[in-house]
Amino acid sequence: MNAEIRPIRTPAEQALAASIEAARNTLPGAAGVKKLREAAAEAFIRSGLPHRRVEEWKYTDLRALVREAPPLAAPPDKNAFEQAKKLDPLPRLDARRLTLVNGAFVPELSDIASLEKGLTIVPLSRALAENNRFAQKIGELHPDTYDAALSLNTAFLNDGVLIEIADGAKLLRPIHIVNLHAGGTPSSTYARSLVVAGKNSEAVIVESFAGPEGVAYQRNSAIELQVGDKASFDFIRLQAEGAAALHLSTLLAKIGNDAKFALYPVTQGAAVSRFSVTLRFAGKGADARFAGATLLRGRQHADTTMMIHHMMPNGTSRELMKSALDNESRGIFQGRINVHPGAQKTDARMATHALMLSDKAESVNKPELEIFADDVQCGHGATSGAIDEALLFYFLARGIPRKEAEALLIHSFVAEPLEMIAHEGAREAMLARAEDWLKARS
Amino acid sequence: MALLEVKNLHAEIDGKKILNGFDLTVEEGKVHAIMGPNGSGKSTLSYILAGKSDYEITEGSVTFQGQDLLSLPPDERAAQGLFLAFQYPMEIPGVATMTFLRTAMNSIRKKRGEEELSTPDFMRLVREKAAELKIDPEMLKRAVNVGFSGGEKKRNEILQMALLAPKLCVLDETDSGLDIDALKVVADGVNRLRSPKRSFVVITHYQRLLNHIVPDVVHVMAKGKIMKTGGPELARELEAKGYTAFEQAA
Repeated sequence: MNAEIRPIRTPAEQALAASIEAARNTLPGAAGVKKLREAAAEAFIRSGLPHRRVEEWKYTDLRALVREAPPLAAPPDKNAFEQAKKLDPLPRLDARRLTLVNGAFVPELSDIASLEKGLTIVPLSRALAENNRFAQKIGELHPDTYDAALSLNTAFLNDGVLIEIADGAKLLRPIHIVNLHAGGTPSSTYARSLVVAGKNSEAVIVESFAGPEGVAYQRNSAIELQVGDKASFDFIRLQAEGAAALHLSTLLAKIGNDAKFALYPVTQGAAVSRFSVTLRFAGKGADARFAGATLLRGRQHADTTMMIHHMMPNGTSRELMKSALDNESRGIFQGRINVHPGAQKTDARMATHALMLSDKAESVNKPELEIFADDVQCGHGATSGAIDEALLFYFLARGIPRKEAEALLIHSFVAEPLEMIAHEGAREAMLARAEDWLKARS
Repeated sequence: MALLEVKNLHAEIDGKKILNGFDLTVEEGKVHAIMGPNGSGKSTLSYILAGKSDYEITEGSVTFQGQDLLSLPPDERAAQGLFLAFQYPMEIPGVATMTFLRTAMNSIRKKRGEEELSTPDFMRLVREKAAELKIDPEMLKRAVNVGFSGGEKKRNEILQMALLAPKLCVLDETDSGLDIDALKVVADGVNRLRSPKRSFVVITHYQRLLNHIVPDVVHVMAKGKIMKTGGPELARELEAKGYTAFEQAA
């Protein structure tokens, strides 16, 4: 028998395919972008949602977790802006705000007046309509392999924000890309953004996600970061989606010669979330840091999957992931460092630690190294454990009640990666988020 | 009424008997020394008093200020005025010493129905007590006990004791790991806290510490119970003869 095996399509896959079909001819863009979308759509229709037999998605089985795919969100109106505005998860952060509501760039909620010299900000929808040089950069960092979340994002490529920081430009204050969801019924949104940081430029970018608590909306967001030679680029990310949301997010980054790149992802929202990072060292002597914290409770499921490609010599990378898992939550970290042939003198260290706050919480730590160069230093470590009772007793013996003692210990555990954020305002804002999470712990 | 009354205390861990009918009565304002060899149950006693949950009490009672101590959780015991200076103070990475001290002080004040200390009052108090113990203020900016030497850790314990102003201080081998200068600083710190309203249980292997903290009563402990009780001269006798005689008697 040589029959072709066709997987049975789930209702969610069928709904997504229908949604792609309906959107196909309405989305803006020139031939290049249309081709990109078509290829992504075809790939999705061919392969569908990943399941547990797909290694990269083993612990986040979307075919099982995504039961239905709600319709695409309608373009947001004034009412939606008003609703969304209140949801900014970092309202006190002093930054240039660029707001996306349901995936659409909203100039009314964005601070795009008096841009600093060397800073350009363009909504993706406009770039696509004009087919400018930005539009042509979209998709440059796409990997060769199929990824369902990124393919879906690309198939619906429509709006988002494009940021260019010119060679030598140094941003005086951070840019905050605020991704908000509005609406009381479930809907799906897609956003695609791109940042091009020129040679010797300096920037701090914060990206946040939030939405209403009880609504099962689905967000798929992707961002491409092209960091030039000798640039210094810090990217801080807060996923604080509503508790019923599905959040799929992709970050693709490429860093040049002697660039300094830091990524600080904080995950605390959504019912199910997956954050996938692919970082390529495209230049020599670059330095990258990944320092993340995941705080989960209830029945939350959060997957952080990180792939680092050291492709050029003398690169350094440090990865630190900390997860605090309460109740019946499930935290997943898959970290993989690939050292390609020729990436000699690579120095890479990865550590992932999970703090289990309940007997029913679950942690998956999967560090991997793949090394094809012979003169490198690479290491990884992974731990998971409960709060140290001996430490706790020391607090109790000083009169500090158990809840407060636990809060201090959990804070000290998760604060480590957050303390590394160089920008003071962003660091304080993220530490405050962690503290709020601890205060809400029952 | 005695401040602390331990009666016929039996305790075990993982089925192993550690305390076998331990008795102790501490009056207000008195300093009791408990001396004994390794494995006599001294540290177990201190942990049981402070409320560590690893031990099973199979018999006996502990009364503190007329109240059943064993039924109270550890933080409640601290609030009632019991303080244990740890033999091995814990290192707590990521928790600043000042935060720890302040949280401890305010937790206890809250439980006693007192108002929280204002930041300036707290800072002044800490600086004053730290200076008395020759603690470098820079040390207080670091995480609790992280990177502290053995002597610094012990001084930090006495600082906590001074700030929390307990009624009963249990010092578990506070002299271990201290050089002679550090020992003097720590002993001076303890002596400053001596008052007619405050009692001490000083647990030690060696008589050396008792030259600096002169006890009112000395007990010899072996195999989980008190073998002999006397005055300060008993400590000197022990130093001369060793513990062997008492262990054999048990």
